Amino acid sequence: MSDVIVIGAGVVGAACAYYAARAGLDVTVVDRGPVASGTTGSGEGNVLVSDKEPGPELDLALLSNRLWRELAEHGGFEFEAKGGLVVAETAGVLRQLTELAAKQGVEHTAVPGEALGGYEPHLAPGLAGGVHYPQDAQVQPMLAAARLIKLGADSYGHGTLHLRTGVTVTGFLRSGERVNGVRTSHGDILGGAVVNAAGTWGGEVAALAGVHLPVLPRRGFILVTEPLREPLIRHKVYTAAYVTNVASDAEGLETSAVVEGTPAGPVLIGASRERVGFDRTTSVPVLSRLAAQAVELFPALREVRAIRAYCGFRPYCPDHLPVIGEDPRAPGLYHACGHEGAGIGLAPATGYLLAQLLAGQRPGLDLHPFRPDRFTREENG
Amino acid sequence: MIHDLAVIGGGPAGVAGALTAALAGLRVVLLDGGPRLGGQYFRHAHGAEPEPRFARQSHALRQRAEVLLKHQVWAVSREDDAFTVHAHGTARAEVRARRVLIATGAHDRPLPFPGWDLPGVLTAGGAQALLKGERVPAGRRIAVAGTGPFLLPVAAGLARAGAEVAGVFEASGGLGLARHPVMALGKAGEAAGYAWALAARRVPYRRNHAVIAAHGEHELRAVTVARLDRDWNVLGTEELECDALAVGYGFVPQIELAVQLGCLTRQDADGTPVVDVDARQRTSVPGVWAAGEPTGVGGWELSETEGRIAGLALAGAGEVPGLLLRRRARLRAFAAALQGAYPVRPGWQSWLTPDTLICRCEEVPLARVREAQELGATDARSIKLLARPGMGWCQGRMCGYALACLAGEPQQPPRRPIAQPISLGALAEPPQKEH
Amino acid sequence: MERFDISVDGRAVPAEPGQTIGAALHAAGVRSWRSTRFGGRPRGLFCGIGVCFDCLVEVNGRPAERACQLEARPGDEVSTS
Ligand SMILES: Cc1cc2nc3c(=O)[nH]c(=O)nc-3n(C[C@H](O)[C@H](O)[C@H](O)COP(=O)(O)OP(=O)(O)OC[C@H]3O[C@@H](n4cnc5c(N)ncnc54)[C@H](O)[C@@H]3O)c2cc1C
Ligand code: FES
Repeated sequence: MSDVIVIGAGVVGAACAYYAARAGLDVTVVDRGPVASGTTGSGEGNVLVSDKEPGPELDLALLSNRLWRELAEHGGFEFEAKGGLVVAETAGVLRQLTELAAKQGVEHTAVPGEALGGYEPHLAPGLAGGVHYPQDAQVQPMLAAARLIKLGADSYGHGTLHLRTGVTVTGFLRSGERVNGVRTSHGDILGGAVVNAAGTWGGEVAALAGVHLPVLPRRGFILVTEPLREPLIRHKVYTAAYVTNVASDAEGLETSAVVEGTPAGPVLIGASRERVGFDRTTSVPVLSRLAAQAVELFPALREVRAIRAYCGFRPYCPDHLPVIGEDPRAPGLYHACGHEGAGIGLAPATGYLLAQLLAGQRPGLDLHPFRPDRFTREENG
Repeated sequence: MIHDLAVIGGGPAGVAGALTAALAGLRVVLLDGGPRLGGQYFRHAHGAEPEPRFARQSHALRQRAEVLLKHQVWAVSREDDAFTVHAHGTARAEVRARRVLIATGAHDRPLPFPGWDLPGVLTAGGAQALLKGERVPAGRRIAVAGTGPFLLPVAAGLARAGAEVAGVFEASGGLGLARHPVMALGKAGEAAGYAWALAARRVPYRRNHAVIAAHGEHELRAVTVARLDRDWNVLGTEELECDALAVGYGFVPQIELAVQLGCLTRQDADGTPVVDVDARQRTSVPGVWAAGEPTGVGGWELSETEGRIAGLALAGAGEVPGLLLRRRARLRAFAAALQGAYPVRPGWQSWLTPDTLICRCEEVPLARVREAQELGATDARSIKLLARPGMGWCQGRMCGYALACLAGEPQQPPRRPIAQPISLGALAEPPQKEH
Repeated sequence: MERFDISVDGRAVPAEPGQTIGAALHAAGVRSWRSTRFGGRPRGLFCGIGVCFDCLVEVNGRPAERACQLEARPGDEVSTS
């Protein structure tokens, strides 16, 4: 019997497992698929502080940013502390950007239009300016998730942390009110506590325990270009519209340019957001818009070819905050899901704080804003 | 303008389907990425006439339908009751049609081995295309290796063109030349022709043999030929000098456009994912039809037959003539028998070394695949996510089969929302609605 | 149309009308024209039908063209790397 069973071997589940093992707990991670096969395998890998409004999510992001840097020192996955550059088309938008930066209290530099070229030589001329955030970074999320689980097992004992892939959770075990294990496609597994790190499927898993979590899929497409011989883009560059889209509740399609190079050579181009359920059908209009916005920002990309595209489903909660903490409606069940478009960035802090809870310590950040029973009746549907 | 039918692919299936439908009065447009109609089998050089039967069909087609060559189709989407075929020629082009026939053929199925990325090593189909389409033999002294009946015409063609064929190495055992399956199809003449071409030039034909390594600094200089047991484990080896190798272990149907549209797939006899079609060549998605290799690899005659059946059904024929249905049944049974006679055996994995590239595009060696598996990547997709095989230019077309074998699973239907590279500029611009 | 020349790194290479750049190079004994980005490994034709992208080459300043698909035109300038 493990102290903790983590459902989901995505980046969030991996971080929970790693920090729980580090806290001295025995952990079993189960996933119905292989490691990183959910949304972790279809994200972009941005670790951002720049796009968050001041408040609980920004606090989580800042803690996470520091933890990613610590974790990256173990090596074994790409982590680039490349910095982010948010650009504004007009003076009005630039003013909003700089105001936001001042409120955030995050390390940043305001960049006037004429100085943008010093940061990104290939940016389109005529932009009003931008803000540079040195803390923004990029991680290869799939490898990072897999390495975290391995690192936990190697450092704290393979008996302490083990991964079981191809195991689907189908129900929960209880002793009285308390959740004390999971029922799976491969038999029952008993544990002191269960962590729901099932990402976009977190709502379905919660439902197996009879509790409601409003986690919905928000589809996103990413365009991937041919590998470039010379890096064309140094930072993670995005337009101010990205910040508003991230925070929007619209169901319809929203796109904004997010462009960045990768160590392997290709340029990644995002980001689209739309709520269409789990529909994987290719949407040519979305791909066209992503391409148009990228070319507008970096005209040199015009001749560069897109060689593939993929889509994923962000785990979205109505208030755009993740769910982190024990569920009072099902004691023994902890949630760590619903991170929407920021789960990769926020994973280490989520795992770190949850492990503190599991080990009976006071978490280093107030988790009240993330509590599982915060949703109103309508949101609960 | 909305066409009644857009046919994607100008090989035997596509041309037969398009022509049949056009003759029945449908407004048809056919798109193909190549400069000439013909596909793989009826490929011919610039200025040359293809085989008369195909020449007649393509001539007739050009008079009755719109034929768009050098148009690479990168996506097909469905809107309301029509489809849009997104292509790229000199510029981005869109074709609208009420129905779509997918006849995109297949490509070679290579297996990796040490040195398989050296220049001078070509796929069997690649060597054939170079010869038939360009009149260029792949080399001066050529080894032909792999498995399946396709090796024979490749070797015979090269020999007839004056190249020295150093040997044909068929990894499977069992059927000798005399009992070669092309004979069984009543095509003894054709098979005898190949056999004669090879025998006359004293080309050795060795069963239970394979090329398991290629050697050279910058180009191919020699290969290691191995004698195999029935599981393809190595029993003994010898080196053979040659400057080219044509190698192929079967074919992979190109079904990504069907997958984009959400068509159901099934596993063919050897596990290959193919588009599932009904007796009238209809896929699971209303308005989408498929014919030829995408529904299962079976050669040009089967492809043409399926194309004709699809064309008739598309044109609303109440019943498809029994003759065609019977021919299709016979050819399919034969294709299944061939797949059974030339299976890929697992021993090929023992030819690999830790630094043998599995993915040529992203240069991923076997060792990195194994490392990803140890990290919990238990299927081909997650190995790709962790170690990048299949993420490069070819999108896993060359390594997909091998990777699935290494992962111990059947090959999965390919997810490629962008089936062909397209410049961001072209993707960004509204298409020229010329067609 | 008659046979014509294309230029490969400044050297004249003959081509037949309708022939692809890849075929012309191959016929002239130029079988490797690119090196890979990580291992610097030589590459030329492999699949011959436009699916493997091994044969990428720079033609008239446009990088990464598929040599096996692109028809040669008189005066084409091909740069190998
Ligand atoms: C297009 C796109 C771009 C993105 N870009 C970024 C970015 O740049 N930066 C960023 O921080 N975030 C980004 N995201 C968001 C990020 O990918 C997610 O927030 C994050 O992956 C969530 O991680 P997770 O571990 O919670 O979920 P997942 O990675 O989805 O893991 C959940 C796991 O649970 C398993 N599971 C589910 N149900 C069961 C069950 N019943 N039994 C067993 N196992 C089960 C699943 O198989 C899955 O492996 C992006 C998302 C998309 C779609
Ligand atoms: S040789 Fe494969 S794409 Fe040209």
